[in-house]
Amino acid sequence: MGIYYSVEDLVSAAERENKKISEIVLADQARELEKTEPELYEIMLASFRVMQQSVEDGIDPDMRSVSGLSGGGAYKMKQAVDKGKTLCGKVFGSALVRALAVSESNACMGKIVAAPTAGSCGIIPAALLTIMEDRELPEPDVVMALFTSSAFGMVIANNASIAGAQGGCQAECGAASAMAAAALTELAGGTARMAEHACAIALKNILGLVCDPVAGLVEIPCIKRNAMGVANAFVGAELALAGIQSAIPADEVIIAMKRIGDAMPRSLKETSEGGLAATPTGKRLKKEIFGDT
Amino acid sequence: MNVFNIIGPVMIGPSSSHTAGAVRIGRIAGALLDGVPVKAHILLHGSFAKTYRGHGTDKALVAGIMGMSPSDTRIRSSLELAKERNLSVVFEKGEIEGAHPNTAVITLTDAQGRTVTLQGASVGGGNIVISEINGMKVDVTGQQTTLLILHKDVPGVIAHVTNYIAAQGVNIGNFKLTRGHRGETALMTIEVDGEFSRESNAGIEKLPNVIRSTMLRPD
Repeated sequence: MGIYYSVEDLVSAAERENKKISEIVLADQARELEKTEPELYEIMLASFRVMQQSVEDGIDPDMRSVSGLSGGGAYKMKQAVDKGKTLCGKVFGSALVRALAVSESNACMGKIVAAPTAGSCGIIPAALLTIMEDRELPEPDVVMALFTSSAFGMVIANNASIAGAQGGCQAECGAASAMAAAALTELAGGTARMAEHACAIALKNILGLVCDPVAGLVEIPCIKRNAMGVANAFVGAELALAGIQSAIPADEVIIAMKRIGDAMPRSLKETSEGGLAATPTGKRLKKEIFGDT
Repeated sequence: MNVFNIIGPVMIGPSSSHTAGAVRIGRIAGALLDGVPVKAHILLHGSFAKTYRGHGTDKALVAGIMGMSPSDTRIRSSLELAKERNLSVVFEKGEIEGAHPNTAVITLTDAQGRTVTLQGASVGGGNIVISEINGMKVDVTGQQTTLLILHKDVPGVIAHVTNYIAAQGVNIGNFKLTRGHRGETALMTIEVDGEFSRESNAGIEKLPNVIRSTMLRPD
């Protein structure tokens, strides 16, 4: 295979060989890249380490972006979790802390892993590190789940888009959310078919989401959309693990996503000319940061 | 494309398309110029033009031109670094008909007045496509080790080059030829599998009618 164009192909390969999608993908990529499986695992492990570090970096209460628009949110969320004040318990709260931490670190020009993009970099680490902690999963399983995420992301990239400028935020936080949902499902012991449904459900929930960053910065609303993205990943995975199926297959959802992205006006695709960027407050913030030009 | 183009790159924020991808476009421009650049003219189109300052696209392009990779922490201060290295940089906003929303056209000049111009787009997740080099249409992603070989448009050059690569025991994964004007110069874009050494690349330049061979390695 090498390059993936269809979720159905991935799922059927896993079913045929009675393996996890991550195992199929690792073996396939090793063939394609002329490397051994352990070599590719090590590369993914290195990215996983950067993800862990970016969570640590982002919990700093004093961190601020150059614009001054963001920073410190993850710390506040963590205080709420530590004090047991969250509405939905520790697992959900911790996922939000991590999504905010990685995204805030990104906004502050910290080192992160694009997953699949920098604007959506908090969602996959938040989902995976949270379930790892809660279920006490061995690290290799979690690193392997990144191969599953990546394969789903590649199908989205090849049939729709993973660029906000081309497909809106559905292409970034939407893609990340769907990729995370598939990985969560695999990590929780779901089947490859369930991972497909998790991906489809998560993506359906986020279709049409616009990319409208205030002042063109990957801060407002991107950081909080990462928090939403991890929540949505859990929605997709929870429903799929309960045996709920997406009526529309993942591959068809992805084609719908592409058409929606194409139909969106330019003003809502990372040009900062529409949506939240064009609100009075959005425009005022832009002026405060960059002046009139 | 492989899985590490989707989960990855490891990079300095805040935007994979507008920061990491921009570094990669700049890096290829820098590699294509034989000498040290003293002037950089950068035309920004679409979303790049609208939001470049917010995303540090300006810093990223210049960092790439100076040879940095997307995970280099010096990206944050690349504009100051360019000044120290006597590289003068001009940004211009413009419209390029039919171009991808995240497109830059970079023209670099060295102290001897030699120039290179390329058009590149950042297509998402830090992935890029270079679509034009010195007016010739190309399709370079930089995801594989890529040889860009400028040569005279005369019989036998392609055979010489591909035979030479075969003699190194290296497989060609992709080949594309672009011509400017017939009988003048042409450009081979060759993606190879596995490793290709600097010495091997220098050997290509010694072949008859080859003007220059630039090797791009994935960062």
